[in-house]
Amino acid sequence: MFVRWSAAIAAAVLLSSPVLLQGASAADKPTDPQIAHIAYTAGVIDINAAKQAQKKARNKDVKAFAADMVRDHEAVNKQALALVKKLNVTPEDNDTSKALSKQASEKLAELDKLSGAAYDKAYVANEVAYHKTVNGALETQLIPSASNAELKSLLQTGLKIFQGHQQHAEHVAAELK
Amino acid sequence: MKPGRLATIALAVVFLPMVVPAHAATIQIVMENLVISPAEATAKVGDTIEWVNKDVFAHTATARGGDFDVMLPPKKSATFVLKKAGTVEYYCRYHPNMKATLKVEP
Ligand SMILES: [Cu+2]
Repeated sequence: MFVRWSAAIAAAVLLSSPVLLQGASAADKPTDPQIAHIAYTAGVIDINAAKQAQKKARNKDVKAFAADMVRDHEAVNKQALALVKKLNVTPEDNDTSKALSKQASEKLAELDKLSGAAYDKAYVANEVAYHKTVNGALETQLIPSASNAELKSLLQTGLKIFQGHQQHAEHVAAELK
Repeated sequence: MKPGRLATIALAVVFLPMVVPAHAATIQIVMENLVISPAEATAKVGDTIEWVNKDVFAHTATARGGDFDVMLPPKKSATFVLKKAGTVEYYCRYHPNMKATLKVEP
């Protein structure tokens, strides 16, 4: 049941605990058009957060990190769009994408209320948590569920990008202390 | 041919190998799909390392000890001439999960 998994991922985003995702069963398997939509949405969310950071962040490492996020996620999403076009797949909106977007806009509003060093810290902390959650979803659900080999391989590259960003965010977070 | 000129040629032949470093090689290291390969490379002082970035993402080759910090824009290559011997661990600043080792022999 796909809806149940969506609820799980939403909860995971909320609690920043990817462990929750592991409870999902094989029956929750999203389809390739849904996976493409989720992966693309995950990228868009991080780009939007980074664009907010480019305006609000004060620390230069945080600003640079935000610019890296925009650059990388735009590059991944460009590849994703090229792939779905090539495969003639139409990304399909779904409850997981919707839940992710809803959580993200709430987080964006929450971060918008902060400023200065408090904003910088909260943005970077959320980046660590968000990338961790997406990594968990990619590893335990999206990659194993993908049936097209090219989509699977793009998701695997996406996972390495997200893992890299998580480590990068952790470094920046450590510097802010 | 004057004997003096012959001597010059002879000297040049003898000394040429001493002027041009014998092993000035260029070693290629590829970055593709966020993987550096080979992850372990061996080179000599004076050799050139050429990193080839095949990704659509920007990477860096950044030595932990600060010996080098080479920028690799998407689909571009960049080089660095090795100046000192030792084992250098390097990584990508944007994606610290990209790691590799360079063994530089004297
Ligand atoms: Cu990189």
